[in-house]
Amino acid sequence: MFDLDIWREIFQSINKNKTRAILTGFTVVFAIMLFTILFGIANGLENTFKKLFLRTADNAITLYTGTTSKPYRGLQIGRRIFLNNEDLDFIKSEFGSQIEYISGTLTRNYNLRNAKKKGDFTVMGVGPDYQYSEKAEIIDGRFINLKDYNNKDKILVIGRLVEDDLFERESAVSKYIDLEGVQYKVVGVFSDNGGDSQERMVYAPTTTIQKLYTGNKKLDRIVITYNPKLTVDQALVLVDKITLKLKNKYNIAPNDQRALRTGNRILTEKKRLDNISSSLGILIPIIGFGTLIAGILGISNIMIFIVKERTKEIGIRKALGASPKSIVLIILLESIVITTFTGYIGLLIGVGALQAIGSSLERYFITDPGVNLSIVFSATIVLIFAGTIAGFLPAKKASKIKPIIALRNG
Amino acid sequence: MLEIKELHKSYPIGDSSLHVLKGINLSVKQGEMVAIMGSSGSGKSTLLNIIGMLDQADSGEYILDGLLIKNLTEKKAALYRNKFLGFIFQSFNLINYKNALENVALPLYYQGMKRKDRQELAMFHLEKVGLVDWAHHLPKELSGGQNQRVAIARALAANPKLLLADEPTGALDMNTSYEIMEFIQQLNDEGKTILMVTHEDDIAHMCKRIVRLRDGVIMEDSKIDQVRAKKNV
Repeated sequence: MFDLDIWREIFQSINKNKTRAILTGFTVVFAIMLFTILFGIANGLENTFKKLFLRTADNAITLYTGTTSKPYRGLQIGRRIFLNNEDLDFIKSEFGSQIEYISGTLTRNYNLRNAKKKGDFTVMGVGPDYQYSEKAEIIDGRFINLKDYNNKDKILVIGRLVEDDLFERESAVSKYIDLEGVQYKVVGVFSDNGGDSQERMVYAPTTTIQKLYTGNKKLDRIVITYNPKLTVDQALVLVDKITLKLKNKYNIAPNDQRALRTGNRILTEKKRLDNISSSLGILIPIIGFGTLIAGILGISNIMIFIVKERTKEIGIRKALGASPKSIVLIILLESIVITTFTGYIGLLIGVGALQAIGSSLERYFITDPGVNLSIVFSATIVLIFAGTIAGFLPAKKASKIKPIIALRNG
Repeated sequence: MLEIKELHKSYPIGDSSLHVLKGINLSVKQGEMVAIMGSSGSGKSTLLNIIGMLDQADSGEYILDGLLIKNLTEKKAALYRNKFLGFIFQSFNLINYKNALENVALPLYYQGMKRKDRQELAMFHLEKVGLVDWAHHLPKELSGGQNQRVAIARALAANPKLLLADEPTGALDMNTSYEIMEFIQQLNDEGKTILMVTHEDDIAHMCKRIVRLRDGVIMEDSKIDQVRAKKNV
């Protein structure tokens, strides 16, 4: 039953006791505001972590082959599978924009020498895209380009430490290196933050290695860098699709784990991300819970204060015939009205503050701070609920006050 | 109207207890105006509170208008207070954020009367105490005498069978006291039964009967010749 009179009573009481209402309201505004802001900032922190890890997470997928471990389509176990240059075009045409870079690699160890020095190095045949997959940084000259690749030119791009070893203090660019009796021109020097072993690598066009040393178009590996716009989950689907296509092409059983394998850091990264998310997932509720508890305590205190302040009024009302129930009702409804209204104000201020913060705190690892409105609404409801319970006990006590005792003080 | 037999009441004080009322017998008829007198601690306020159902007796019988008042639940006590009793307090006990009209209308609100009706009725009673022009003023904007008149209007609003006054003139100067007493006498003339606690002799003599309490027992209970307040103003 909607009783207009009781609402009139409550709004009059709020209206005529503004200090009291503001005091209660302030606690709620503050609690919800803090809750919203802290939650938003925690979310911003999580956003940063996500972004950070995806940036450093290599979005490269490596495909490599072995021997079949399951019979399939009438073919026997133990078949050696090789990827070749055509697979690069095949994958590119099948997956188009989902793939950013792709290159085939062949790795061999060779003895390299020039006029002064010699040494054993790992030579890797790669395509022009490989620079981006490996994130090798050119510090002198250039990387292998498409022309080198298509012409099967005898050129090398060497790691910084190779340059140090073979050329001592001099620049290696435009100088020649003897590789198993064939002269190669050095076109570039790179550094790589992947460590010393990476900087001891020597890159040559895959096609050159194939032409001069292997005599076929076989590849050891295919390195694919997927479009960074893909989410982790989408990337995992992409990996599955690529392997399935290739397995189909090479007549490998779809569940054969050995013939065609993928090495990717997506899965492990995802796991790491999940770990961080889950620890933030513990932290965020703790923050929220703490703020809420503070808010609840604040409301409880104020409710006790309000009931105390209204003791005389309660006594008068009881003397005039107010039932205990009606006393509890007016006190609780007043607190609910105030909490709801001011909770909403706190929400607005909090969301507003988060928007004002925006991207200005990015250097403190807070990206796009924001809150799920439904969480804040639930928090407000929890606060209202808790405030009601907190107010209920004093209100109940007040309703039991004997009017004479209430009337005696004053 | 009012029948009290062997009423006892004691209050616990620490481990012992203070026996405040030690067997009160009192009978009040319709239309009487009774002053309950006694020094402080004599139990006069306690008696009034029990009669007003603001407090409960330990033992004894209390019958109000043929109704046995015993073991009341809070809810029932509230209902009876609203229906049968009107209170006038020494400190007025008006709700400070409500204006005169709203204060007078409050018991009617608890009777469940419609807003329009109770405002009309409240205005009628304010008119009776001569405060129509002050209907929309807050208690703090009124003098003590005016506040007590608002309180009287409020006590009358629910048309109670019994009017209980606890030192109604205790906070007022003499002239205002007599004004208020004149009102109360008028109400009695119109047939209202009135019970009043006071320690002032002149006020007590404006009633029709004086009951003197000492140490929780009635020492004296006598009808007197009423002194009209009007002459003294």
